[in-house]
Amino acid sequence: MERLRIWRIGLLISLVMILLAGCSGDPTLSVLDPKGSAAKIQLNLIYWSLGLMTVVFVIVITIFVYVLVRYRKRKGQDRMPEQVHGSTKLEIIWTVIPIAALIALAIPTVQYTFDLAEAPPAEETVIIDVTGYQFWWEFKYPQYGITTAQEVHIPVGKKILFRVHGKDVLHSFWVPSLGGKVDVVPGRVNTVILDAKEAGVYQGKCAELCGSGHALMDFKVFAKNQADFDKWKDQMKQPAPTVATTSSEANGEKIFQQNCIGCHAGVNPNIQGPNLNKFATRTTIAGVLPHNDENLKIWLRNPQSVKPGTLMPKIDYLNKDELNDLIKYLDSRK
Amino acid sequence: MANQTNSSTEMPNHLETATFDGKNKVLGFWLFLGAETVLFACLFGTYLALRNQSLEGPTTQELFDLKLVALATALLLTSSLTSVLAMIKMNERNLKGMVTWLVITLVLGLAFLVLEIYEFLHYIHEGHTFMSSAFGSSFYALVGTHGAHVTFGIIWIITLIAQAIRRGITTETAPKLFVSSLYWHFIDVVWVFIFTLVYLLGKVG
Amino acid sequence: MPTLIVLLVLALFLAAIFTGGYNKQFFERVRSSRTWDWLTTVDHKKIGILYLMAGLFFFIIGGIEATLMRLQLFAPGNELFVGRTFNELLTMHGTTMIFLAAMPLIFAIMNAVVPLQIGARDVAFPFLNSLGFWLFFFGGLLLNLSWIFGGAPDAGWTSYTGLALNEYSPGPGVDFYVLGLQISGIGTLIGGLNFLVTIINMRAPGMTFLRLPLFTWTAFVTSGLILFAFPALTVALLMLMFDRLFGSNFFDYTMGGSTVIWEHLFWIFGHPEVYIVILPAFGIMSDVISTFSKKRLFGYNSMVFATVLIGFLGFMVWVHHMFTVGLGPITNSVFAVATMAIAVPTGIKVFNWLFTMWGGEIQFKTPMLWAVGFIPTFVLGGMTGVMLALPPADYQYQDSYFVVAHFHYVLVGGTVFGLFAGIYYWWPKMFGQMLSERLGKWHFWTFLIGFHLTFFPQHFLGLFGMPRRVFTYQTNVGLERINEISTIGVAGMVIGTIFFLINIVYTLRKGKKAEADAWGLGRTLEWSIPSPPPEYNFAQTPLVRGFDALWVEKEAGNKSMTPSEPLGSIHMPSPSYIPILMSIGFFIAGFGFIVRGIPAAAIGLVVVFAALFLRSFDYDHGYHVEPEDPEKGGKE
Repeated sequence: MERLRIWRIGLLISLVMILLAGCSGDPTLSVLDPKGSAAKIQLNLIYWSLGLMTVVFVIVITIFVYVLVRYRKRKGQDRMPEQVHGSTKLEIIWTVIPIAALIALAIPTVQYTFDLAEAPPAEETVIIDVTGYQFWWEFKYPQYGITTAQEVHIPVGKKILFRVHGKDVLHSFWVPSLGGKVDVVPGRVNTVILDAKEAGVYQGKCAELCGSGHALMDFKVFAKNQADFDKWKDQMKQPAPTVATTSSEANGEKIFQQNCIGCHAGVNPNIQGPNLNKFATRTTIAGVLPHNDENLKIWLRNPQSVKPGTLMPKIDYLNKDELNDLIKYLDSRK
Repeated sequence: MANQTNSSTEMPNHLETATFDGKNKVLGFWLFLGAETVLFACLFGTYLALRNQSLEGPTTQELFDLKLVALATALLLTSSLTSVLAMIKMNERNLKGMVTWLVITLVLGLAFLVLEIYEFLHYIHEGHTFMSSAFGSSFYALVGTHGAHVTFGIIWIITLIAQAIRRGITTETAPKLFVSSLYWHFIDVVWVFIFTLVYLLGKVG
Repeated sequence: MPTLIVLLVLALFLAAIFTGGYNKQFFERVRSSRTWDWLTTVDHKKIGILYLMAGLFFFIIGGIEATLMRLQLFAPGNELFVGRTFNELLTMHGTTMIFLAAMPLIFAIMNAVVPLQIGARDVAFPFLNSLGFWLFFFGGLLLNLSWIFGGAPDAGWTSYTGLALNEYSPGPGVDFYVLGLQISGIGTLIGGLNFLVTIINMRAPGMTFLRLPLFTWTAFVTSGLILFAFPALTVALLMLMFDRLFGSNFFDYTMGGSTVIWEHLFWIFGHPEVYIVILPAFGIMSDVISTFSKKRLFGYNSMVFATVLIGFLGFMVWVHHMFTVGLGPITNSVFAVATMAIAVPTGIKVFNWLFTMWGGEIQFKTPMLWAVGFIPTFVLGGMTGVMLALPPADYQYQDSYFVVAHFHYVLVGGTVFGLFAGIYYWWPKMFGQMLSERLGKWHFWTFLIGFHLTFFPQHFLGLFGMPRRVFTYQTNVGLERINEISTIGVAGMVIGTIFFLINIVYTLRKGKKAEADAWGLGRTLEWSIPSPPPEYNFAQTPLVRGFDALWVEKEAGNKSMTPSEPLGSIHMPSPSYIPILMSIGFFIAGFGFIVRGIPAAAIGLVVVFAALFLRSFDYDHGYHVEPEDPEKGGKE
């Protein structure tokens, strides 16, 4: 009976395993599908430790199942087991072998820990200053004089030095496909060195509880070939069009100046929202909604429904035309 | 009282651990002091991490006056000595002697507190307050917690003197008096660390 | 506040009506009532039961919170509990389970068992024992009242500052966290101190340290960890309270403070806390496995050594919770190696358990089932523990669902399984009745399956990029199916817990009466006295002649322990209302601080100090009872 149940649960666990093997992570978000050298190193270590631990697990489970089956009390049996005190030999074995296994684990661990912290030569790296705010990300390229938000563009194959700053609460900067995370700690600058081996869009997450909107503090990493990256860079460096081309854009600009500029152009250093100069180039709104006019309306009318806790106020006092003009103006920012 | 002197010949040398409850109390109190050590260690760690964060306020060098603090230290160290003398008297079953030394201990403790309050008032006047900077917060948290311990110790010892006068030196009052004296020594040791790590180190920079 | 006063007055009126008015008799009646007896008891066995009931109560509350969270996560884009509400749930779930469920349940078993295992009539400080319980209880109550009074804390059970400061958590929630935990933390500290002194000073003749049953050993080490870890929490909470209530700047970086200090202090407490809750489970396992294998514990000395070593190393590894804070590769490497080292003594324990069963005659009674379920589950948790200790890999795991899966494997698979084993094992000793084996087995299997179904898939959630503490996730990134499975698994644990509750109710009504040696296999002293034990535990203090004291006597052919003293009257401590009074004082003071009502806080503190004075001037000598002679049978 008992034996049967043990098999039953084993069956159940393996069933779950098979089910899980059926689902695999998304290639833009999974630790198990690395797209950068840091993530690759980390995955190697994960597999190495998992392998060692699996050996330990198998040994334990083998003894465990054997003991349970072999030494369970059988019907009508009343045996007095020998009251063994212990065995020095055995105890030394299961002290020394784990120590050896741990040393085999500790050596690459320490090695990789130092490798990952090593700064690459400055002239070959792209420096990006990341700042985590409640609940959005700002990216500044000091080398190029570019400021953007929610979406960070990087050239494939180059080392990127992310310098991570904080202004309000703790956050954590995480791009699973490219490598492990680093905390955003107000008052100090943390660094993490990442690179992308192939072009693509990778998803970034905030991994430290930072308030109501923590779950939605997403960002995207656009890894581009050098040529594409340079093109993007040039576009970003160009000043946004200053002269409105249509009357509704002009009206939109007026509305923007009256309602939005206080937070969105860095006038007040204490109240800060994302820089919207190149807003139309972004693929998302607030880092979570796909970029289109409908979603932009939803966001403007009721930001809390999109991202709870956001500091963005409701813009529900504009009439339909005004709202459309504002959106037209924003759409021209590229 | 007469009762006690009569039976004193049968009584053990250390009255505080003569009974089982007494033994428990003394051991328990030692362990409690272990916990208190961790408490102060955390406060010290925080202070050492934040002591240079004085922002626009005065720094440690500008602020501390070693003469005053040295006097406070002398007072508190002497009080530890008088507390030992009180315990010696207690084990001699000399109530009057014990109470006298305890009162002297209390007076010294009170004098220390007065100096500390004066010092704090002076600092606040200089613009170094609990709220002025992280240095201020960690300083008052550490030194203030010590001060609160001294205050509590004084009140505690007063109530114990009252009990000793009412009930005499018995196997019940003795452990209480003994652990209060342990407590007093502990406060003293903490102060020695405060003197070195806060004031001396603060002067050095 | 006015609501509270109205409720209080109403309660007084009702009490007056139901008791026939306010008169002298009223007090008499109160004093002789059973409720008063339980409120003022200093008997470790009754306090153990109080801890058990309170712990189970909070366990259910924490479980409900967890279930609600899993319901929200069943599908992406759910809108049951979003944003702040979800953060409140996750904060209260963690805080409740650690501080108000795991800790009291451990204290429940320690209270019920440790004095019996060492052959003592009571703990060293019965008064403090009661005080510890009531402080814990009122602290927990205060914390949970936050749901009614202005919102629960929502900054996570770790309450990292930045987020936990006034600026980012403006409501009273975090104040409830700070003061509730402070009060219950003091209670825990007192409890730990009490057990240290008890185990050092109160052992029966012949009960040397290397003859202590392993549960007592783990209780001893756990108490030591409590004593040296909780003050760090006290200081951290005090600072957070000052920052929130009195405008200090410990954690505000714009004023020179540092949030990293909170992280250090919290984990200097928090990591030993992990061992505080797991070590007693190890102890329970050791006793249960040895009993139901009918064999002496394999490698007793190395088990003791491993326990002490784990306790010691537990203080040197806290930075492994902070690998991503940016403390540098040197710090990270040192703490990584120290963390890995803990795997060695833990491994020793697992192999010793396996070899205790080797060659034994294993009976699968419910406690043993939990112990048997514990081993593979805990080993899985230990495996991921070693994997998490490697900083480069941890940069990926940290704050993802992988971590959630890991610590539920050790905290549920380790601590909760251990506690269930302990509750089933010692229930007959505590209540004098056997829990139903049938219901117990249903409880075990549903809970075990539900548990693995819930938490095993969560490893993959983390590896697939789902951070922890999120109220929703994206569609089409491979997370939906796993989240569904995980939520379905919760049903198993809920059903299991319901079986357990039914079992308790059923047993209290018509449970089978338990023998002194309830399982017929008892090895340690608690099985040598009646179930439940008389208030003085041992009519005559036993003489211990070896490890597994009762088993030694059984092997020598004796039916009972050899007494070490003649039969005589036994001194008992008097019950006291001061502990509950003092705790109520703390409760009022805490509430006063939370609502920023300084007069209320002052009243509370006055009550506390008044109670302290009452206690200091209280020379109650207790009373004596005449034990019944075990040889002649009961007279009652």
